[in-house]
Amino acid sequence: MATVTTAPRTATPTASPGRTKRRTRTVGQWVVLAVTVIVGVLMLAPFVIMLLNAFKSPADYSANGPLTLPESLYFDGLGTFWERVGFETKLWNSVWTSALVALFAVVVSLLNAYALGVGRVRGRLWIVALFLLANMLPQEMLVYPLFTMMQSIGLNNSPWSIVLIFTVIQAAFGTYLLASVLGSFPPALLEAAALDGAGRWRMLWSIVYPVVRPTMSVLLIFFFIWTWNEFFIPLVMLTTNDTQTVPIALASLQGDRMLDVPTLNAGTLVSLVPTLVFFLLFQRTLTRGVTAGAVK
Amino acid sequence: MPAPTSAAGTREAQQDVPVRRPRRSWRPSPYWWYLLPGGIGFAAIIGVPFVLNIWYSLHRWKGGNAPKRFVGLENYQNLMQDEQFWLSFQNSVSMIVAMVIVPTLIGLVLAAVLFDYVGKHFGSRTASFLRATYYLPQILPVSVAGILWNWVLNSQTGAVNEILRGLGVDSPPNWLGDPGTAMPSVMLVLIWMQIGYPTVIFMSALQRVDPELYEAAELDGAGWWRRFRAITLPQIKPETFVVSLTCTIAALKVFAPIYVLTRGGPEASTLVPSYYSFLNFFDKSKVGYGSAIATVLTVVIIVVALVIQLFQNLSAKREEEGR
Repeated sequence: MATVTTAPRTATPTASPGRTKRRTRTVGQWVVLAVTVIVGVLMLAPFVIMLLNAFKSPADYSANGPLTLPESLYFDGLGTFWERVGFETKLWNSVWTSALVALFAVVVSLLNAYALGVGRVRGRLWIVALFLLANMLPQEMLVYPLFTMMQSIGLNNSPWSIVLIFTVIQAAFGTYLLASVLGSFPPALLEAAALDGAGRWRMLWSIVYPVVRPTMSVLLIFFFIWTWNEFFIPLVMLTTNDTQTVPIALASLQGDRMLDVPTLNAGTLVSLVPTLVFFLLFQRTLTRGVTAGAVK
Repeated sequence: MPAPTSAAGTREAQQDVPVRRPRRSWRPSPYWWYLLPGGIGFAAIIGVPFVLNIWYSLHRWKGGNAPKRFVGLENYQNLMQDEQFWLSFQNSVSMIVAMVIVPTLIGLVLAAVLFDYVGKHFGSRTASFLRATYYLPQILPVSVAGILWNWVLNSQTGAVNEILRGLGVDSPPNWLGDPGTAMPSVMLVLIWMQIGYPTVIFMSALQRVDPELYEAAELDGAGWWRRFRAITLPQIKPETFVVSLTCTIAALKVFAPIYVLTRGGPEASTLVPSYYSFLNFFDKSKVGYGSAIATVLTVVIIVVALVIQLFQNLSAKREEEGR
């Protein structure tokens, strides 16, 4: 079973507090630590190099190369990028589509999972398997038909197409996860509620929903970040500047020969700031969330 | 992914409550209503396009308002003779090496070292800080990470070659632009992106291992390597399966890193199936052909997923019988 709801457990990876401090550490232990730190530095290196160059002037970059500190802080790269791509539009597109997808997908997942996990409708195993399969599908399998379908209902080049498509795709995963959580929902709770005369709708919102709320908030955060990061379908669906999301806007700058290195770096920097902030806010939830589908 | 074992116990318990009546006509469960919104969305966004894609793959079609001509399996026959198509699947093997095999191995070692070594000797905060560092590339939009690397590896202005020139290398390689180095460069970027995922999963898996196992082994004088092989590896086997399954599927589907780093080039040296189908859809206007590629890719993914799942079931069974 997915154990997303066990928040306290993750907070205590190694027990016996206080023991670590008093031990003398051997040379070998420091070497192992050094190796893990070096791996960490290697993981962060591209970010550091980017940060070093985001505020350099083009002249500074060509004179001193990528590894020096900037001679003086130069914000024109940032300004150029911001204006050229109309960054506030892209940011807003990314924010509202991702937020709506996360919200809708969590609600749809809960409704599905309620029918499958608590309602135990016939053929539920097949239905869950179908949802899981849908989540595995390569998006290339769906993209052209979706493209023509969106065109025929007038949602081509509209961020609403992203909302529709990803609500369903994310809900497929959410259903799988929540259904397995609700499959082991204590029946005593439901029976007690039924005795008190609660209907199914009432039961869902006053008994089931409060219990799975922690799992749902993890899903909410995940759906948001997954949708934010989506590339392929938004690339195909959103064809003009005013509809694109942040990742697409950055990628579309790539062929731009006019672009100098500091501008590119500044662009990369502002494009990852939102995700970075999100990461720092929800680091713990995120790491708990990744393992949600995996840990039985 | 683990099949949801729908708590058989509770089901039997529930069946005991109502008195068994002879089966009459089947009445639909009232819970079906709750599947309605999800079901309609699923049918419209996944079901219908899925079928349509297969239908398109049987046609010759330039897309849009151009006439569709039914050609049966011709697209599939052409695929069999298409060198680029085979090449793209060969490159999928490199993707699996870069996104599954190497990251899983590194992730296993990193997770075990962080959990069982760094965590114990330097405190769990150090361990979780390092874990977060490894995980960072995973949460960035792939295109953002790709653009960043595209610049880092750029032959003219990129950081790597600037450094190499500073060290006195006269003509540093054109990492992404040379057919010989493009694939290894892409693989390195993918490894960098992927490492965090198995590390995080394995670390959380290790938390459910009874610490007494480790303590007993340590008292018996088992070194770190012994403990890794005898305790860590067998204990986190289920997670290893999940990681290999999800990462293999991701490796077969990979698109965005290829799009931003190399666009399948140079000389198709980094072409992958998903990019090849995208190319046919939107660049070459061969929609039927692109649909056929997507369909084949889907079949491959489903088969691979089933094989891995089967392998997991077998291994779990063998373990049960062994006890």
